[in-house]
This record gives sequence, structure tokens and C-alpha cells, in this order.
Amino acid sequence: MNYNWNWGVLFEEEYLGWLMSGVGWTFAVALAAWVLALAIGVLIGVGRTLPSRPVATLCTAYVELFRNVPLLVQLFLWYFVMPEIVPDDLGRWMKRDMPNPEYVTAVTGLGLYTASRVAEQVRAGINAVGPGLTSAAYANGFSTAQTYRYVLLPISFRLIVPPMTSEFLTIFKNSSLALTIGLLELTAQSQQIAEYTFQGFEAFTAATVIYVVIALGATVIAQILEKYTRIPGFVGKG
Amino acid sequence: MGDFDLSVIWNNLPFLWQGLQLSLWLTLLAVIGGIILGTGLALMRLSGILPLALAAAGYVNLIRSVPLILVIFWFYFLVPLALGRPIGGFYSALIAFVMFEAAYYSEIIRAGIQSVRKGQVHAGQATGLSYWQIQRYVVLPQAFRNMIPILVTQGIILFQDTSLVFVVSLRDFMTASSIVARTEGRLAEMYIFAALVYFTICFAGSLFVRRLQKARTA
Repeated sequence: MNYNWNWGVLFEEEYLGWLMSGVGWTFAVALAAWVLALAIGVLIGVGRTLPSRPVATLCTAYVELFRNVPLLVQLFLWYFVMPEIVPDDLGRWMKRDMPNPEYVTAVTGLGLYTASRVAEQVRAGINAVGPGLTSAAYANGFSTAQTYRYVLLPISFRLIVPPMTSEFLTIFKNSSLALTIGLLELTAQSQQIAEYTFQGFEAFTAATVIYVVIALGATVIAQILEKYTRIPGFVGKG
Repeated sequence: MGDFDLSVIWNNLPFLWQGLQLSLWLTLLAVIGGIILGTGLALMRLSGILPLALAAAGYVNLIRSVPLILVIFWFYFLVPLALGRPIGGFYSALIAFVMFEAAYYSEIIRAGIQSVRKGQVHAGQATGLSYWQIQRYVVLPQAFRNMIPILVTQGIILFQDTSLVFVVSLRDFMTASSIVARTEGRLAEMYIFAALVYFTICFAGSLFVRRLQKARTA
């Protein structure tokens, strides 16, 4: 095995700058997509548990559709196909004038995809609350909206904190797919440094270490969050 | 819009089929390799031997915190370097997938092994079976029976993941679709077709999983 080690390359101004910019984009994509995924995922997840059949079916269809197509294909559909099949004016705007098209597309694609996964967690959380409390709420004269607002959602949101943590980590990892539509996030930058300098080992190690640090950081935050959101007496039943 | 040209798909069907075959082969081999290596990692973690358990846990947590694309880049770079000669994209990708999926499979298998009641192990020990005999004849058969639906689900996820070999231009179904899309200038048709094909296979797979689960609870 012939390899010229040169860890110094990572600290040369140019390449260090690339790495930092990559980290910045990774965070920018993952966090924005997470906000989108939470908003839509909660709606879809709640929708699947509603008594209304059409709404539940529609939300189930969303989840099945987004879960059964690879994220890469979804990103390409948003990036290459969407501008072709929307009305001409909008398509032209998307191709020419939309600011930062790679970023917007990556956030949209990753956000809507992760929403389907968040929805599954939300649905599981609501189902885990159990029929007893729902019946009790109805027996007290709560409307469906009130049952969700005051009983189901407050409990289920606290129940699903641990699985949501792992979804949050997944969105960071999945943000690397943005490189396929030309967004230079962390993985792309490390690959680019490897190509420019032939120091693949160092470049990929740097990216790996940064991803591990992100994962560790998120895990620590999650543990604190879990401690505060745990429901005494409810643990161990789920 | 409105001029959807389906002939582009028909004309390139043999090329696309070759790509799909590569995707399916890669999935099948990676599932087998991932389960074998994953079982090893799970047994290491549950062995009660601290260095083994720590090594396995470290590996699993490391792999699980980095993106698959980065792992693919790693092995495309490392494998030829370690062997001193290029071995072709397919084998580099296969090794990357086996190493990556093993971490995920090991977590599933570990949970499966833990779902087998302790009394089974004790009964095995009482009958005078060795550690390996207990694993081979008592624990693993029951564990795998419990795990079949979730192993298949992971296989479906793996099939979707194989589309990521696109980043190293290995000609799987995704890359083949993309090549046709670009050379023929038919992006909309090809990517929608690719989505349909992936959806059909994965949705059929998830229906199959649901049937398995029903059969088990019935």
C-alpha cells in the first residue's frame, strides 16, 4: 500500500474553507428540511389517525408514495422534471430566476421525503396513547379537535421524542444526497478535496469525523430533551 | 408539456433492464452479506466479552453516523488502494453496501436475539449444548423467525439505497435511466418511469411484509 500522508492539507486555507462551507450547507439543508418535515409530517401523521376515511386514505397514500421511491429519484423529479410539467411561466421561472435552485430543491425534496417518515412516528405515537384516553375525552364531551389538542397530541409528542431523534440524525445523513444536484455540502466538498489533492484518506476522514461529531452532539441534546419530556409512569408501556 | 414520448422507454428497454438486473443483484448480495456480517456483529455485542462488544458497538455507531454516500466514496477509494489493483466498480460498491448495511442489520438481529427468552438458552445449557450449538440450534432459528418481516423491510430500504451508486456512475437502474434521460433529452419521461418502477417493486415488497406480519399474528 503506497500512500503519501499529508494531514496538513486539511488545514490549508483553501481546503479548510471548502470543508467549513460544506458543513454550513449541510446544516442549512438539514435544518430547513427538518422544519418542513415536522410541519407536514405532523399534519399527515395526524391525518392518518382521523376518523374521516377520505382524509386518512389521502394521508396514507402520501406516506406510501414518498416512502417507496428512493430519495435520489425524488430529488431528480423535483430538480429536473418539476419545471417541465408545471405551467410554462412557472417552469421558466423555476429554471431561470428561482434563487438558489439547488438549495431550494434539496430542502423541498428532503423535507417532503422526511415528512413521510415523521408522519409514521406521529401516527405510532398517537396510537400508543391508547383508546382509553380517547374514549374518556369523548365521554367528557370533547370534540375531535379538542381531543387532539388537549389529550392525544400533548401525550404523543412527548412519547415520540426518542424515535424523532433518530429521524433528525437521518436528515443530516440524507442531506448528503443534495450533492447529486450540485449542492456542495460536506460529503461533496470532501470528495472534491480528495480529487484536487489526491489526499482521499485525509479528506474522507475529516468528513467522517465531522459527521460523527454532529451525531454525538445531536445525541447529547436528545438525551437532555428526553429527560425533560419523559412522562412519569408512561415509560416502559410503549 | 403534453408530448410525453413513451417510445424512448420502449427503445431503451434492454439497457434499462440490464441496469435493473445490476440493482437487484447488488441488493441480493448485499442483503446476504449484510445479514451474515450483521449476525457476527450482533453476536459480538452480546458475547459478554468486553473488547469484542466494544469493537462491534464502535463499528456500528460509527457507520450509523455517516451518510451512505460517504461510505461509498470511502470504499471506492480504499478498496483499490488496499488491494493494490482496481477490482471494478461493482465489487467496490458491493463491499461498501455489505459493510454499511451490516451495521443496520446487526441492530435488527441484536433485538431479534434478545427477543428469544432467556429460558431457551438455559434449557440449552442444561441439555449440555455448547455456546455455538445453542446459537445454531436454539437461539438464531427462533430469532430469525421473529425478524423475517423487518429483515425484508430493511431489504427494501437497501434496494432503494442501491440507487446511490449513481454517485460513482456504476450502471444500476438509476444510472441507466439517467444516461438515457440525458442522451435522449427526455428527462421527464425517464425519471417518472424510474420512480414508477422503484415504487412498484418497493410497494409490492411492503405489501408482502404486511402479509408476513398478518400470517404471524394470526
